[in-house]
Amino acid sequence: MSETTDTRIPVTVLTGYLGAGKTTLLNRILSENHGTRYAVIVNEFGEIGIDNDLLVESDEEVYEMNNGCICCTVRGDLIRTVENLMKRKGAFDAIIVETTGIADPAPVAQTFFMDDDVRKAARLDAVVGVVDARHVLQRLKDTDEAQDQIAFSDVILLNKTDLVDAAELQNVRAVLQKLNPYAQVVETERCAVKLADVLDRGAFDLDRILDLDPKFLKDAASAQAHEHAHDHDHKHDDDCCSSGCCGGDNHEHKHDHGEHHVCGAGCDHDHSHDEDDGLHSVKSISLRAGDLDPQKFFPWINEVTQLEGPNILRMKGILAFKDDPQRYVVQGVHMIVEGDHQREWKAAEARESRLVFIGRDLNQQALKEAFMACVV
Amino acid sequence: MPVIAPLDADSFVVATCFLGDVAAFALGDGSVKFLGGHVDHLSVYKDGLLSAVPAQDGRALITGGMDGKVYQVTAEGEATLLAERSRKWIDLLATGPQGAVAFASGRTAWVRLQDGSEKEFQLPRAVGGLAFAPKGMRLVTSRYDGVTLWWVNAQGDPQELFWKGAHGDVCYSPDGKYLVTAMQENALHGWRLSDSQDMRMSGYPAKTKSMSWSAKGKYLATSGAQAAILWPFSGKSGPMGQQPLELGVRSDSMVCHVCCHPKEDMLVVGYEDGMIMAVRFEDNAEVLLRRPGGGPVSAMAWDAKGMRLAFGTQEGQAGLITIGE
Repeated sequence: MSETTDTRIPVTVLTGYLGAGKTTLLNRILSENHGTRYAVIVNEFGEIGIDNDLLVESDEEVYEMNNGCICCTVRGDLIRTVENLMKRKGAFDAIIVETTGIADPAPVAQTFFMDDDVRKAARLDAVVGVVDARHVLQRLKDTDEAQDQIAFSDVILLNKTDLVDAAELQNVRAVLQKLNPYAQVVETERCAVKLADVLDRGAFDLDRILDLDPKFLKDAASAQAHEHAHDHDHKHDDDCCSSGCCGGDNHEHKHDHGEHHVCGAGCDHDHSHDEDDGLHSVKSISLRAGDLDPQKFFPWINEVTQLEGPNILRMKGILAFKDDPQRYVVQGVHMIVEGDHQREWKAAEARESRLVFIGRDLNQQALKEAFMACVV
Repeated sequence: MPVIAPLDADSFVVATCFLGDVAAFALGDGSVKFLGGHVDHLSVYKDGLLSAVPAQDGRALITGGMDGKVYQVTAEGEATLLAERSRKWIDLLATGPQGAVAFASGRTAWVRLQDGSEKEFQLPRAVGGLAFAPKGMRLVTSRYDGVTLWWVNAQGDPQELFWKGAHGDVCYSPDGKYLVTAMQENALHGWRLSDSQDMRMSGYPAKTKSMSWSAKGKYLATSGAQAAILWPFSGKSGPMGQQPLELGVRSDSMVCHVCCHPKEDMLVVGYEDGMIMAVRFEDNAEVLLRRPGGGPVSAMAWDAKGMRLAFGTQEGQAGLITIGE
């Protein structure tokens, strides 16, 4: 959907553990003189007050959808709150959801894809993870949630950088990079961030998958190509569980060269899995290939998201299909996969298929081999 | 076309009902507007209004708001505060016998009795819907994985009925023999209360947001498809093994609101494009009552005689349609 016709209310999800600075960021967003009116959904009224007209407390209610997907969970409380907010349509321009420190971000995100009414009214803009530079490493050791929140984030606000020395900060950066090399990391003190870095990111917008992926952007051809992506008219397929469990029957394509992501010059993260090996079961896997056979790719991606769905936190890809002049873009959360043709491949750009998984306990070799088997 | 007296509601019409001869429209902006009375407009909430249902005696509208307040609003333009739960959104309400009002927020439901006393009911998961039984001071709360039934004035364990999944709106059949819930998963679930027999009513392409019992409880009309789906409840085993009626079928819009006539075997069907049609059960004869426009139909109510229909839409168009004199 192009930006001019999408009148749905944008939703920003703030995640991060207790004390990382979510409420500080929230108040920062609210107090800035931007003319945008927000509806704010918090999990609990904390000690720090939030000064906003439309503010609601929402008890976390995770619903399993009875369709056979064990990971197809949604947040019932959010469905209801968004539905209720629509009775005040016109009184606000955007929604911010602040989750608890231990909340699983996946059901929050899935709510905006699985529930038809919510989808009609609101679109998930981005998941913003707030991380405390001083405590994040300890939290990652202690909890799966902290890993998931980082892996799930489109933007990571690395906060309280003034409380650690340069060496420790570098260490933290490296760990974040390893968990989620595709998130944009913004380093801040007291959440002093430009709002443009956290709002209106379009992180779940298929058209903008490229914009948000610094590693993809390092590729000159695609960097050039993405400039005009918005000029085209797009139609979006309905998203669905790729497993078909939601009754949908969606395609996506991807192929892969099976490479790990390409590190830039400034990248210092550890490829060799040494001292923290085993600590972080979450990792990202980047696959690359040339043209793919859609007849092979779709059955495979359906199968892999069905079998590995619970472990796949996020997936994004840009794919070239045999005899198809258009790029195909795909993104997913657990078993929910959304894909569509984006635009024509440009003459100057190399036709290439790239697919990224961020997930837990993923078998890199198996994914790579299966992906390469889809190559024409 | 029947005569329409329009009302510029200018805000999401959350609910409408007749208080005697006066049509009341409860609006998302926190106000209540009236047609046919001495008062036009009453500002009840500063923030927003989330829910409204008529009292059982038909003399007042009970409303719930974003500020946690429950009001009783009359056609004379008086708003009386009945209860308050600060910082809670009161988005679920039900009215019962003897002036009882049930309301809920999160995992708690309350019943306010006419004397002002309150009873509290705690659930392990969020309350999804509320309804009073047609007889006796009995409250049903829907929830995740089923419903819980409470005797409001008695101690003791509540009755639980289970069915996996998230249950929302809930209603009793007028004879009190059946309970039906609208689920998160584009289906209804029902229980025959005599033996807790489950009834699954599925096949909807969308969630059911509106349910209405026909005169004498013969059918339960529901939204959520391209036609109004009416499940027969007149037999011994309710809708089990029976095909529902499909009335007011359209290929280009979905039914989002239904309201059965209080006396005749007919109903009005509201569509997502704003159209309203009256349809007779017997032969599916259709009469167009309102052309499309103004967003999805969000509220409809008949007056007691079934001569006038009040309606409202999500985008704030509303009015009164006079069917006959």
